[in-house]
Amino acid sequence: MATEAHAAEGATGYIIHHLTPLSVGSGFWTLHLDTLFFSALLGGLFIWFFKSAADKATAGVPGLVQNFVEMMIEFVDTQVKDSFHGTSKLIAPLALTIFCWVFLWNFMDLFPVDILPSIGSMMGLPYLRSVPSTDLNATFAMSISVFALIIFYSIKIKGPIGFAKELLFQPFGPWLMPFNLLLKLVEEIAKPISLALRLFGNLYAGELIFILIALLPSYLQPLLSFPWAIFHILIITLQAFIFMVLTVVYLSMAHEHH
Amino acid sequence: MSINATLIGQMITFALLVWFTMKYIWPPLFDSLEERKKKIADGLAAAERGQEDILAAEERAKIVLKEAKEHSSELLSLAQKRANEIVEESKDTAKKDGERLIIAARAQIDQEIQQVKDNLRAEVATLALDAAEQILGAEIDKAKHQDIINKVSSKL
Repeated sequence: MATEAHAAEGATGYIIHHLTPLSVGSGFWTLHLDTLFFSALLGGLFIWFFKSAADKATAGVPGLVQNFVEMMIEFVDTQVKDSFHGTSKLIAPLALTIFCWVFLWNFMDLFPVDILPSIGSMMGLPYLRSVPSTDLNATFAMSISVFALIIFYSIKIKGPIGFAKELLFQPFGPWLMPFNLLLKLVEEIAKPISLALRLFGNLYAGELIFILIALLPSYLQPLLSFPWAIFHILIITLQAFIFMVLTVVYLSMAHEHH
Repeated sequence: MSINATLIGQMITFALLVWFTMKYIWPPLFDSLEERKKKIADGLAAAERGQEDILAAEERAKIVLKEAKEHSSELLSLAQKRANEIVEESKDTAKKDGERLIIAARAQIDQEIQQVKDNLRAEVATLALDAAEQILGAEIDKAKHQDIINKVSSKL
């Protein structure tokens, strides 16, 4: 793909260049450095911001930062309490991390499409794709982790036998066992795939539209990219919210006996 | 667009972030929220108690005020009575004093009248003698006629 991008000229080349990750290695052992770097950077930002608030947290009158952080905590806690009825020390922090991290990933989409790649090329980087959620690896890493937690909690709460029974005997009873298993497997596997692809698809498409707008004559660009950016503020928040809520819902389903 | 080892790196980062959030970020913030909730609830309860206390205190104050009013009116009437008594007493005293003064003054006046009478008597005697001398044209021996003079003057 990299060689094609170099070869192609004009609009196609521009688009492909913007959507090609900075990678090292080959085959499976390829690492997308930009995805890893930006997601770690944004994760660090999230951790730093919340940790600084947590260190200064008082029960007295909260400051500006604490107020904001507490708003987030309350928001996530309400979401978790609405759909999750068990007790778990993991779910709420997990939901908070997912929401903030995904939001920050998506937020990178609002930077003008050429800024970061230009800075990158000044530093000698041939490619730079700054939005981690336009990388399937990033979204799948998160959804597969969530899937692992779903499996873990299903087995932990229902026991291996209970979980196996749920896979085999529902929804149509023991006489249709293979059919049940097939249905259940599809249902379970659809969860991480839909989580990852929904986020990836929305952000990839959004980024692509920004790139297409950037190809237009310069006097048309603000006219289109401004409304799209405003609309995108909604989308990036919504996608982060959906990822978080679905994670909570899936995990609460894993906690429930049928 | 292929799935590759980036996935593993991202999963590790994700796990670290979740672990850190669970360990160091969520508990203190959540605890401070809960603590504030409790503080506010306590504060509201205390305010309610305070309100009740105020009502009770007002009730008590009303009773005390009423008692004080009663007491003061009692004192006032007592004082009025006492004042009347004092006025009466002082009137009596003044009357007595006045009478006494009048008596004393009269006595003094009588005494003074007496003295004036005596003086007049002596002077009239002298004048009478002088007149008699003039009329008689002869010297009267004062010593010889002293008895007569004394008799006359005592008749005056």
